Amino acid sequence: MSVLAPARGQQAIFRVNPVAKLAAALLLAGVLMLTVDWVSAAVALACESVLFFFAGLSLRAFFWRTLPVWIAAPTAGLTTLLYGQASGQEYWHLGLVHVTEGSTALAIATTLRILAIGLPSVVLFVTVDPTDLADGLAQIVRLPSRFVLGGLAGLRLVGLFIEDWRALELARRARGIGDGGAIRRLAGQGFALLVLSIRRGSKLATAMEARGFGAPVRRTWARPATFRGREFALVGIGLVVALLAVFVSVATGSWNFVLA
Amino acid sequence: MTPAEAATVPGASVLARDWGWRHAGRRGWAVRGLDLRIDPGERLLLLGASGAGKSTLLHALAGVLGGDEEGEQTGRLLVNGQEPTAARGQSGLLLQDPDSQVILARLGDDVAFGCENLGVPRDEIWRRVHDALEMVGLDLPLSHPTSALSGGQKQRLALAGVLAMRPGLLLLDEPTANLDPEGVLSVRDSVARVLEHSEATLIVIEHRVAVWQGLVNRVVVLDQGGGILADGNPDEVLTRQGEQLAKVGVWVPGRGSGLPASRRGAAPRSTGSLNAGPLSTGPLSTGPLSTALLQTRALSIARTKDAVVASDIELAVHAGSALAITGPNGAGKSTLALTLAGLLKPASGRVLASDAFAAGAGAQPIRWKSRELLTRIGTVFQDPEHQFVAATVRAELAVGPRALARPEAEITARVDEVLQRLRLDQLADANPFTLSGGEKRRLSVGTVLATRPRLLVLDEPTFGQDLRTWREIVALLEELITEGTGVVAVSHDADFVTALADREFPMAAPAQAPRVAAAR
Repeated sequence: MSVLAPARGQQAIFRVNPVAKLAAALLLAGVLMLTVDWVSAAVALACESVLFFFAGLSLRAFFWRTLPVWIAAPTAGLTTLLYGQASGQEYWHLGLVHVTEGSTALAIATTLRILAIGLPSVVLFVTVDPTDLADGLAQIVRLPSRFVLGGLAGLRLVGLFIEDWRALELARRARGIGDGGAIRRLAGQGFALLVLSIRRGSKLATAMEARGFGAPVRRTWARPATFRGREFALVGIGLVVALLAVFVSVATGSWNFVLA
Repeated sequence: MTPAEAATVPGASVLARDWGWRHAGRRGWAVRGLDLRIDPGERLLLLGASGAGKSTLLHALAGVLGGDEEGEQTGRLLVNGQEPTAARGQSGLLLQDPDSQVILARLGDDVAFGCENLGVPRDEIWRRVHDALEMVGLDLPLSHPTSALSGGQKQRLALAGVLAMRPGLLLLDEPTANLDPEGVLSVRDSVARVLEHSEATLIVIEHRVAVWQGLVNRVVVLDQGGGILADGNPDEVLTRQGEQLAKVGVWVPGRGSGLPASRRGAAPRSTGSLNAGPLSTGPLSTGPLSTALLQTRALSIARTKDAVVASDIELAVHAGSALAITGPNGAGKSTLALTLAGLLKPASGRVLASDAFAAGAGAQPIRWKSRELLTRIGTVFQDPEHQFVAATVRAELAVGPRALARPEAEITARVDEVLQRLRLDQLADANPFTLSGGEKRRLSVGTVLATRPRLLVLDEPTFGQDLRTWREIVALLEELITEGTGVVAVSHDADFVTALADREFPMAAPAQAPRVAAAR
């Protein structure tokens, strides 16, 4: 349920078409992936932390929804610190572990980069309603409607799968095969869930066809998806942040192109 | 749709000429040699034994049977003189399973889905959405989450989605079979209101004739061997063919279930206490521990942690006696049954097994090993598909005895006995998932009987079953109870409770719990 329930609110961000959010997040990520240096990531993160106040999330919601990023970033940083490419002065070493000047710089850059890419992506997508995203992808990006709507309808089955999984667990205990090893049990149960989900999927497909899905007429859309000022503004903000990060990074001489 | 507008959609005609359909990979024909003519505006109840091809016909009329790779067609089937697949949206199909018909996350969007597919202009779509929701009586905001609807509401939502397409032919495939009594009435009333304002032709399939009898003006009975067994006005057909129909599983009004009203000649008495505090625990609700298989002590139940649905439950389950758990959706009936069955952990309080029943396995069933449950408590789930784990019916029945490590000869003997007793011997090598609804139910009961548990726990064993399966299940349980087996059954089915239960444990709707969880 919570997987599928987007945050709701009155701020401007809720009225922005999800396609614009997707574009802004991709743009930012794309540019920040071009370089590995701490300056560009720090500049982007600084700009973003101001923008987060307009993201339509309470502090508490912001923290909980972005928790995985907060865990992933330092973990990746620590790994880089210990095992990253060694260069410059060596501070500490134990077996395979080399903490050096180079790996320290790389670790900081990595941590900041994951935060700078991860946080805005999560924050932008928390406010995306899957239905609106599907509308946008079909009407603005012009992805095939069969594909987009099929995916959207399938998403609704996730909640049912969770219920199925619980029921399967109980049923296997009742059938006398709930004792054995956990891995074997999970494999069997996973297969059973697969069978059930295929059946659910085919039933859903029939229900959709019964409502004229795939009819040989041009489909109309009940909900308009538009890409106008608000959307361009959001993508523009993303672009400005990305360019600023690149500019400062190059100006300070720390630009470090990944393919170089 | 306003009455005046709806009337502008003319009813569709249906014509079948020697029509037949065989599903790909099957030897037998699902429908064969069908000649049928339905005039615009007729309201028709379609009956027949399970397996007579009723659903296949409705799917074909809706144009969703699929192409050549899905099966083989003979003869002709026309809706308004056209192939059904060439005129999508002309017929609207409502299916049995409420869960598999919800397509989108928001109520309004779901109703609009069909219109979008048919290329209806945007303004017109939303007008139709409002009209359709009004007609089925779903008075909720358009943004209401569809996951928060009850089963009956989901069916009415699906009906609204069908109506918004403005079909000339309305096809209902057992639309109320999976609903509780309240849901059945709400859907029936919605359809009645629609029919008052519409000229659409109606075809409905339903075992329980009484639900639709007042709304139809023609009854057609399909013959299992192909063609039509009876056709005419409802009273005439039901009187003339009543006995024959009851034999193939149709609930004919006024004929009853064909069983004595009650095993003990009296209605079950209420037992136990709920939400009444520990003081009300009297001798009537909990007998001495020695005669009971199970007893509860200040039991609170929850499906998942922290979601307590009922508390202070005091009841006892006895050998050779049936306890029915009744009550509205969301009251926690299934949760209680699964807790008694040693599958769900009590939120607080205890379920205690008598020493004789536990036979060395410990006092609390939830602590028993999965294998230890087999000979003590057998659970039949509401959805049989959840409990199938093998590739054939025979292997399915052998799962329990095999887990108990019984000798191979004994396993074979037991499986054969259950196959015969439940009329599954012809299907021994079939895949459980390919069975019909009634056969699946019988198999799920069979898997439990194969290990001869002393207590049976059944969750809605008669849900969506035709009269024939219903009778078989009741007769079988009666036999087991007489032999000394204890039975706990969750049921909405008043006939079932009257026929079988010695005692009833009625549960009340949760006071402040959200109806969200009430879908089952």
